[in-house]
This record gives sequence, C-alpha cells and structure tokens, in this order.
Amino acid sequence: MSENQSLYAPQVPIFPRRVTGYFRTLKWWIMAVTLGIYYLTPWLRWDRGPALPDQAVLVDLAGRRFYFLWIEIWPHEFYFVAGLLIMAGLGLFLFTSALGRVWCGYACPQTVWTDLFILVERWIEGDRNARVRLWKADWTLHKWRLRITKWIVWLLIAIATGGAWVFYFTDAPTLLRDLIAFEAHPAAYGTIAVLTATTFLFGGFMREQVCIYMCPWPRIQGAMMDDDTLTVGYREWRGEPRAKKRLESTGDCIDCMACVNVCPMGIDIRDGQQMECITCALCIDACDDVMDKIGKPRGLIDYLALSDEPQERAGQAPKPILKHILRPRTILYTFLWSLIGFGLVFALFIRAEIDLTVAPVRNPTFIMLSDGSIRNTYILRLRNKHGEPREFRLSLSSDEVLRIDVEGSQTNLVTVAPDSSTQQRVYVTARPQDAAAQQSHTDLRFWVEDVISGERAFRDSSFDGKDK
Amino acid sequence: MTKHETDEATGVDTTGHEWDGIKELNNPLPRWWLWCLYLTIIWGIGYMIAYPAWPMISGATKGVLGYSTRGEVAAEISRFEQQNADLRESLTQVDLSLLKDDPDLQRFAYANGAAVFRTNCSQCHGSGAAGGLGYPNLLDDDWLWGGAIQDIAYSIDHGIRNETDADAHWSQMPAYGEVLSSDEIDSAVQYVLQLSGGEFDVEMASAGAVIFEEQCSACHGADGKGSRDVGAPNLTDAIWLYGSDTAALTETVTNARFGVMPAWGQRLTRSDINAVAAYVHGLGGGE
Repeated sequence: MSENQSLYAPQVPIFPRRVTGYFRTLKWWIMAVTLGIYYLTPWLRWDRGPALPDQAVLVDLAGRRFYFLWIEIWPHEFYFVAGLLIMAGLGLFLFTSALGRVWCGYACPQTVWTDLFILVERWIEGDRNARVRLWKADWTLHKWRLRITKWIVWLLIAIATGGAWVFYFTDAPTLLRDLIAFEAHPAAYGTIAVLTATTFLFGGFMREQVCIYMCPWPRIQGAMMDDDTLTVGYREWRGEPRAKKRLESTGDCIDCMACVNVCPMGIDIRDGQQMECITCALCIDACDDVMDKIGKPRGLIDYLALSDEPQERAGQAPKPILKHILRPRTILYTFLWSLIGFGLVFALFIRAEIDLTVAPVRNPTFIMLSDGSIRNTYILRLRNKHGEPREFRLSLSSDEVLRIDVEGSQTNLVTVAPDSSTQQRVYVTARPQDAAAQQSHTDLRFWVEDVISGERAFRDSSFDGKDK
Repeated sequence: MTKHETDEATGVDTTGHEWDGIKELNNPLPRWWLWCLYLTIIWGIGYMIAYPAWPMISGATKGVLGYSTRGEVAAEISRFEQQNADLRESLTQVDLSLLKDDPDLQRFAYANGAAVFRTNCSQCHGSGAAGGLGYPNLLDDDWLWGGAIQDIAYSIDHGIRNETDADAHWSQMPAYGEVLSSDEIDSAVQYVLQLSGGEFDVEMASAGAVIFEEQCSACHGADGKGSRDVGAPNLTDAIWLYGSDTAALTETVTNARFGVMPAWGQRLTRSDINAVAAYVHGLGGGE
C-alpha cells in the first residue's frame, strides 16, 4: 500500500448546479406526485359504515386489518400483500432491464427527498457558485444565519415526513390532535423522532453516500441490465477529443463541465457508466442546453444502449428505442407481472364476505354417548366481513346420516359481530346403527349460510367412527 | 506474503487477494463509517452500564436501570391480572345458571377455565377431557353426580370420596366378594350385561335378576338406571368407567371400586372453580 493512501475517505461535498430541461421538468412532476401521495393519503376519508374506520388507507396493526379504499385485507389474506411485493420486485426487474436504474433516478425516496432538500438549499443559500463560496467562507454571522435557516426548513420537512408515516397506522385526525396535546402513544413520538432524524440526516448530509455505501440495489443492478438496456451515457465517439478551444479535429464536447456540475452524485458521466450513477438524467438536460448554445445537435449525453455503439461509431443510425425495450426478457417480465396482477384482481373478486375454517378436535377423535351414538367435535371459525352483525345457519351434508349440534344453542344459528370472526364448537353425531358410527371414516361438508342474504360457504372435513 | 500492486484502470491499490484472476481493490472506507463504528462502541458501553451485562460469580451485574426479563414478565402478569380483576370478581359472584346470558363473562370463563383445567385436571381426565379407565370422560352425556353447571361446580369444589372435605360426594359400593359366592356374582354380571344390551347367558341372567333385586337395586335402581344421589352409575347405557367386558364387571362386583377426586375448593379460588366448571360444562356433555 502506498504511504500516502488513507484508510478512510472523507466525504467530498457536492454542490449540484440548477438545471432546466425535459428531464428536470419530469422529475419535478414526479416529485410533486409522489410527495403528494405520501403526505396526503392518510387524510383521505372513505365511508365504510359505523362499525369500521373511515380512513381510506389504514394499516390497523392492533385490529389486524389493512384498509385500502374499498378493499379490506384480513390477516389470512396476507397473500395479497405478498403478491403486491412480488409484483413490485418483478416491476423493478422490468424497469431496470429496460431503462437501467430508472427507479434510483426518479422515484426512490432517497432521490426525491434529496432533490427537495437541494431545492431548499438553493432557495436559501443560492446556486452552485454561491454555495461553494459560502462553504469556503469563515463562520460569520451571515453564514450562521443561512445555515440555521436551511437546517430549520430541512427539519420541518423531516418532521412532516416522519409525522406523515405514523398517520398510516391509526386515525390521522385523532392522532394529530393527540400528538399536539402530547397525549399520543410514546411509540408514535418515537417513530416520528427516528424518521425525522433519518430524513434530516439522509436528505441533508448523507445524500449520495446512502446510494454508494448503504444501498444494495446499485450492486444488484448489474445482473438486471444487458447490452440493450437504455441508460444514461456519453457518446464519446462524438465528443472526443474534448477541448475548450474549437478546432477542426476536436469533438463536440467543449469540456464546459456542465454535466459534472449538475450531477448530484458528483461524478463525470464522460468516464462511462459507473456504479455511482443513479441515472437521474440531469446531465442530459445540462449538455443539451450547451449543445443548443454552440449550435450542435443534442444528445451528446443521452439514453443509450451499449449494443448501438458499433453502428453509431460507424455513423449509422441506432436501433429505435422500442426495439431495445421490446425484447424477450422484458416481455417475459411484463407477462409474469401481469399474470400475478390479474391473479390478484381475480382473487379479490371471488373472495367471499363470509367464510369458515374447520379444525376437527382430535383429542379424542371421537366419544361414545350413553345411547351408544358416536360423536365428533369440531371447532369452526366463522368470519363475517360485513359491516353489520350477521346470523349464520350452520348445516352439514354427507352421504351418511349425521346430525349437527351447536354448543350452547338449541338452534343451529350463530350470530357473528360485524367485521370479526368467532369460534364455535360444533358436534356431529352418528346413531349406533348408522354406517358413519361403524366405519372408520366418513366425508362431510360443513355449510354456513347467511340467513338474510343467502350467501353460502363450505369447508370439507371428515367424521371418525369406531372402526379405527 | 501477499503482493500489493496498483490496479491500472482505477489507480487504486489491490489488497493482494486474488481469486481466479479477479483482484480485490483496496478502496478506502468512508470516514463516517468509522464514526458509526465508534458510535456503536459508545452505545455498547452505555448499554453495559444501563442493562445487566457482566457475568459475575453469582449472577450478572444489575445495570443502573434495574431491568430484568423476569421483572418484565411479572409486570405483564400483574398488568393482565389488574385488567381482568373486574371480570374475575363477576365470575366469583355469578349465578352459574345465568352465565350463558353474559357472553363476555362466559368467554372469559372458558379461556380461564381451559387454563385451570390443563394445570389441575388434565393429569387424570386427560388434556382433551376424554378421561381414561377409572377416570370419567367429561365430554359425554353421562354424569355420575349430575351434569348441570352447578352440579359440576359442586363436584369440583368438594371433590369425590375424599376425607378432607366433609361435604364431598360420598358413597361406597360393597365388595360383594365377601357377601356372595362367585357363582352368584357371575349370575349378577350376566344380568347386568343383559341390562346394558350386551351378550349374555339367559339362564344365568334370570338367576342374576333375583340377586340384583336383592343386592343392587337399592342404589342402581330396580331398572338399573342408577342414581345421582349416591353416584351410582347407570348400568343400562353404553358407557362403562371401568370397562364393559365380563372380567371387568366381575372384578367390579367382587372388589368394588372407589374413585377419589380432591376437593379443589381447598386449592383454587371460587372464580377459578366457576371458570373450570363453565369450561367442562361447555365441552359438549353439559346439561
């Protein structure tokens, strides 16, 4: 190891310059929409009747329910969430194989909040040059004033961010009142404190360090991309040799450093595709602006596919974008993604509002009654997903003669409270002379019927007789 | 000895480690990473001071916060006991015959009773309450001393044939081996088999009927249906506590049986007794 090489690298400050253009505008819109969704969603209301919460999106961990608009997920339906996570994973594969780290550059919370924090920084401290000057300046009153103003605004955004998170888990207006009155649960304050701290630190100070050192995605992306993936690149065959001074032999790059100055990751895209690049495309906007000014065609820095390089070098036109995007890999990802999506939608439509599960009691498998009858016991869990109490009629069907009795009830009717489930002990009896009492095994089917609506659901089980 | 060299493409030194021609670069760590390491060390020291940490000869250091997992469990238990204090009080006072009209209290009684049963009753009656030879099955509809919820609570409270509780259910069947000849006992057994619908010897059974009338009907009734006042089993049904074959019945008549149950009122609270009575009553056999 060289004598002068340190074991630890200091963080090099980055001062991204303001840039305008197509991709910057797109990113402002995406920021507005994603932050809007994040901050406002908990305040949307949705009328579900008096027995259920009226928050449109609510993760009720204590009540073990997840409400999303008209959809209500119970714990046993967690496969919907699993399906959504699989879709999110496949979606990430799809977008990365088609457009590289498009998630990182446009939609990742780290990118979106860092963008917002840099915007605040620019409003308060000025653009790149002013910020560099301020950074180098001594700690005068002026510098303190600007720094403290910036930190306060960052902190307010961070508190709003941490604060919005907890509203997803309980009724937002109630929690806001409790938070202000210092009556909310300590867990709420603790969560807000942690998320405020991470937002403030990651958005204000850590920024690109999070992407380079903490996030695993930059390392995984290599396996997701191939030669047809469109990603931000530099047409060095057009730009080189770069020179500030224009000569016949020089390329289009005038080495103005615009692409480097706007980069939030502090890299030079002209060095080629690199791990630090989050493909935010701001260098494209910056370079296009310069190309317009010097009267050269746009696209010196552009979304490029590696496979186009030989043609472009030879002066031929690259393949059309659609041909890059539509290839077996992306089509397969899309197909799988839609398959799961359709599956989930289908499952959502066929799921019943009433449901039951059956747990046969097998300790003991059967008992004999005083008249010689054989009885099996079952524990039925009855679910009522309606917003009002429902009366269920229990019955059974079987090829053999069997009688059903409900514990604690002369009738076979059981009332289940709104949006809840109840356990019911149920007895099935075969008389001594019936076949079910004699043979080892009799199939049977339990039915529940909603007395009012006539909805029905069933579950198969079996009856154990004497002949074991 | 590993060999350090400088990688041409990046200008970074290698660590000297090489796998199939792939060399590991020795890029420096970010300095904040080092700070994080120091922070975790400081956190660790603080944690050692605040919580139990260092093993000593007898136990570990206590930590200034005085935390212990045992204490946490004790606090949880007492919190739940406080939460349930009202329900427990209601369960102590409740008229058991009216329990079914109070679904919340009944649910609490079932859950509480299930725990009491597993702790105190399952050793004899089985974890599923199906009993065993000599230990009554609590799931069926046959009750020696009554199957109404109050009857069950009484049996649990005072027990059966124990000498510790003056109010315990008490009865004793004579050992007929000292009274009758073995032929007479065999005849009586054949008659009991006839009563219960089993296979029997007609001749012996008709002789046994006379013996039954003289010796057994006082407790088991002229029709053999037994009596709950004295805990005399119904001999006409399909349920046999000690077995229904000839040998088992002969043994019962010759030497008699003497099933004992402790008086749980001496060990359990009234609320626990009511809870376990409700639980047993709700297993399917309750009257």
